[in-house]
Amino acid sequence: MPGLGASFGRGGATTYLQDLSNADCILIQGSNMAEAHPVGFQWVVEAQRRGATVIHVDPRFTRTSALADLHVPIRAGTDIAFLGGLINHVLSNDLDFREYVAAYTNAANVISPHFQDTEDLDGLFSGFDPDTGHYDPVSWHYEPPENPTEDEKARMKEMEEDESEGSKDKQSHQAAHSEAHGSGGAPVSWKGLRDETLQHPNCVYQILKRHYRRYTPEMVERVCGITPQQFLQVAEALTSNSGRERTSAICYAVGWTHHSVGAQMIRTAAILQSLLGNIGRPGGGIMALRGHASIQGSTDIPTLFNILPGYIPMPHADQHQSLDEWVGDDEGKAGFWGNIRPYAVSLLKSYWGDAATPENDFCFDYLPRLTGDHSSYTTVKAMIEGRCKGYFLVGENPAVGSANGKMQRLGLANLDWLVVRDMQMIESATFWQDGPEIETGELATDDIGTEIFFLPAASHIEKAGSFTQTQRMLQWRDQALRPPADCRSELWFYVELGNRIRAKLAGSDDERDRPLLDLAWDYPYDDSAEPDSEQVLREINGTGPGDKALSAYTELKADGSTACGCWIYCGVYADEVNQARRRTPHWEQDQVAAEWGWVWPANRRILYNRASADPEGKPWSERKRYLWWDPDEGKWTGPDVPDFVPDREPGHVPESGAKGPDAIGGSDPFVMQTDGKAWLFAPLGVADGPLPTHYEPPESPVSNALYAQQKNPGRRILEQAANPINPTGSEVFPFVFTSYRLTEHHTAGGMSRTLPYLSELQPEPFCEVSPRLARERGLEHGGWATVVTARSAIEVRVLVSDRIRSLRLGDRWVEQVGLPYHWGGNGLTTGDSQNDLVNIQMDPNVYIQDKVGTCDIRPGRRPRGPALTSYVEEYRRRAGIAAQEAPDTEATSEEEN
Amino acid sequence: MALTSRIGDWSLLRQLRGRDSLGRGEAARSERSRTLRPRTVGADRVVDSICPYCAVGCAQKVYVKDERVVQIEGSPASPISRGRLCPKGSASKQLVTSPTRVTRVRYRRPHGSEWEDLDLDTAMDMIADRVIRTRREFWEWESEGRRTRRTLGIASLGGATLDNEENYLMKKLYTAMGAISIENQARI
Repeated sequence: MPGLGASFGRGGATTYLQDLSNADCILIQGSNMAEAHPVGFQWVVEAQRRGATVIHVDPRFTRTSALADLHVPIRAGTDIAFLGGLINHVLSNDLDFREYVAAYTNAANVISPHFQDTEDLDGLFSGFDPDTGHYDPVSWHYEPPENPTEDEKARMKEMEEDESEGSKDKQSHQAAHSEAHGSGGAPVSWKGLRDETLQHPNCVYQILKRHYRRYTPEMVERVCGITPQQFLQVAEALTSNSGRERTSAICYAVGWTHHSVGAQMIRTAAILQSLLGNIGRPGGGIMALRGHASIQGSTDIPTLFNILPGYIPMPHADQHQSLDEWVGDDEGKAGFWGNIRPYAVSLLKSYWGDAATPENDFCFDYLPRLTGDHSSYTTVKAMIEGRCKGYFLVGENPAVGSANGKMQRLGLANLDWLVVRDMQMIESATFWQDGPEIETGELATDDIGTEIFFLPAASHIEKAGSFTQTQRMLQWRDQALRPPADCRSELWFYVELGNRIRAKLAGSDDERDRPLLDLAWDYPYDDSAEPDSEQVLREINGTGPGDKALSAYTELKADGSTACGCWIYCGVYADEVNQARRRTPHWEQDQVAAEWGWVWPANRRILYNRASADPEGKPWSERKRYLWWDPDEGKWTGPDVPDFVPDREPGHVPESGAKGPDAIGGSDPFVMQTDGKAWLFAPLGVADGPLPTHYEPPESPVSNALYAQQKNPGRRILEQAANPINPTGSEVFPFVFTSYRLTEHHTAGGMSRTLPYLSELQPEPFCEVSPRLARERGLEHGGWATVVTARSAIEVRVLVSDRIRSLRLGDRWVEQVGLPYHWGGNGLTTGDSQNDLVNIQMDPNVYIQDKVGTCDIRPGRRPRGPALTSYVEEYRRRAGIAAQEAPDTEATSEEEN
Repeated sequence: MALTSRIGDWSLLRQLRGRDSLGRGEAARSERSRTLRPRTVGADRVVDSICPYCAVGCAQKVYVKDERVVQIEGSPASPISRGRLCPKGSASKQLVTSPTRVTRVRYRRPHGSEWEDLDLDTAMDMIADRVIRTRREFWEWESEGRRTRRTLGIASLGGATLDNEENYLMKKLYTAMGAISIENQARI
């Protein structure tokens, strides 16, 4: 979550669900929380009972809207224009929480005179290279401090060289790096020159004002279809419920993340919340609502290409060929991320144990290096092109759940071997038998050479282990039953696979096998013939010196005397106790409930909670009291664990040249940021610009009303024959579609379409259309409709409803089609997959595509067999989309803006 | 049952004799409802768990009898969920007991038209062989003169439905293999 990471220093929800009940106003946008996170939604209802105003901004009137005080319909994909409008409202009316903003954000920082805004360049920032589609962020930097230290002088010289010579290598790494701000902000060179009066024309505050000046209520209406009256209602609710005495919270989900500007949508919310003084305070914050049981966990301990456990970046071949180079970008910078060396060395020790020594850089060279984007969609393209031949699918069903299902299946059909681990026969395992391309004749079973191993998985009650849920909390599950027959946990599978590979390679003197043979890989089995997962949790927690479990990441050493599998999880096994297994009932605790499960970092519930007190350490108000400085005890105190150096005085000014945690000032609450501040302006760390800017989605019915630049200039394009894009303003594809979840189903359906109860509750895929669109296209409620894009056509049942509004944009109407995405060909309830319609153009920070696109919709069922292919081909011809060759280039920027 | 007691148990008589003259409560209750017991009562053990669907992380209690799951309920003790479960969490017993759940290894040979049986041990051995082969075939020491020490020939997708401990070992093993195209649902 680089949107949050780049703004505050950690890529996780800043608060916890129960704390929503302390909010005076809650804005839910990019989320249908009541439907997708129903049990978490009880805390929103709780807040409402206590008098809070609940606002839902969403294209559809949903279960969430039904319980909200205000529902504001919005055109899908235009959230930055709306939130930017709110920022403009706050700034032009002086409604920001000025003392908070001045003290805790980078509003006062002066930015380089070379910086040019999108207002100057009609939708581009300075530093854009149209050939690569990358930004060089060098002109976005903080102006150096007035009296630079020797260190800072050296960095100034480096920066001047970068500016004159360009820094292509750094740029290419920049994008892959942005996710590495999950727990440690981007490393700025200095805290920089500040103008505390906020009057300097190039200070962040003034730049922000100019950047959003044209995001007026009238512009919001033109872009989003929201009337000025509705806009002002939201603006007034938020601003009157923020400040010293009151706080507002924002909740979002994949309605923000699934866009080619997803990270920037979240950044916009981060800026708004920082201006309103709502971060680090009870009832405030940004609640990221994540969609899988351990999606936070699988980012913290990543199965992601660009990071290692604890958001330590994977080394990049251009810059990191030694341990020193690898940690050098961040080491010594102010804040806790400046201590990256002990975190990284301890990880290498937990990977390679005794083989990792100071003499061999702790086996740094065993780490494979990145050279660019190796993300999922890029890898699928490599599969289609024969450059990737072996694939493990582990509890994921990309043939239904990933964008552009056809590309997914073409990739699967071109492998040497595929391992599918699941509980049910999912579509990604049966594409060769009955996939949509078999039906159309694009693929034939006999021609598909993919060898497939389907290995049945253990269910959540048949194995012990921990999930990390949406508020960064690890909760342990005990094992209730042994898995049946051949079913096994993933823990068993990977331990066993590792054991067998290592046994087969034993005795090899090939240098490339050393990392496998030297791997610390000794995992004993417990009574149920499964590996002991608590031992793995203990390895993650970290041990040493000797074999003692560590209590906190501050104990980690860079000399190899400690090992730690994930530094941010250090403490989860403190005192040799599985802290994630704690189950003290809530009625025996206060609301913070510190004795239930374990939350990273260091069991803190509200992040950056130093900001709940004023610069002098006193609560901003009695009503919003949370953490405060106790001068008698000389420490921070309150119901939560302080997210701060526990005994650092409020007025503390670090010595010149101080490094790491020592360099954190007494009033710098954002301890993972190298300058201790919340970033209104991101001088580094966001690939597509320092400030969020409205661009139209890759497929849009309208032109960008704000700039000549139509789409996110930094977005990544995936050129592939199966991934054509509908042209802007196409009359052939005149409508907007957006996809979403239903309470009764789960993601790609493997865990819900196979269950009788859930299949009965939601038995069929459907689309939601407005009565106006139904009239225009002759769609009948309960009848069939065919929805078409340049990728494919699917058939669904029609639901005609006022829940989905026709939007007025200036002189024209825009119609939206809502499509739940859970279906596929297998299971108890079946239907066409909505993801077959979706295109792939990606956010350059996280390589996630837009879930919004344009489409046509017609009454009746779709053509069958080969007729479907020609039906879609005819649409492409009419829309003027040329049949694409498949060039063998990596993702590049598109010429068309 | 003796005839007299059956007559005595006749609901009309109970309605006339008892306090429930409208027949909407005690008088209408059948023998079956009287003897019904929740499935949770007879469980051999109750195990603490967490719902495997969305990321709210509702606490569950798993009721086991005769080594089978008989019920899964929300745990009231959780400060997050306070005992509640949504339709998915409430249905999660069927995840375990689903009649369509696959519990044996299935194998499809290249160009094959049917699934075949395969022994788990053999399958594991075959997979290990294929990893070693593809790793060799697609090994890359350098790219454009820069040391990379990796393979782009092997990819993996998934992790957000799995445990932290599992993700940890996956990334550890893949990294040692030199495989970097490792991804999960956080990306889609």
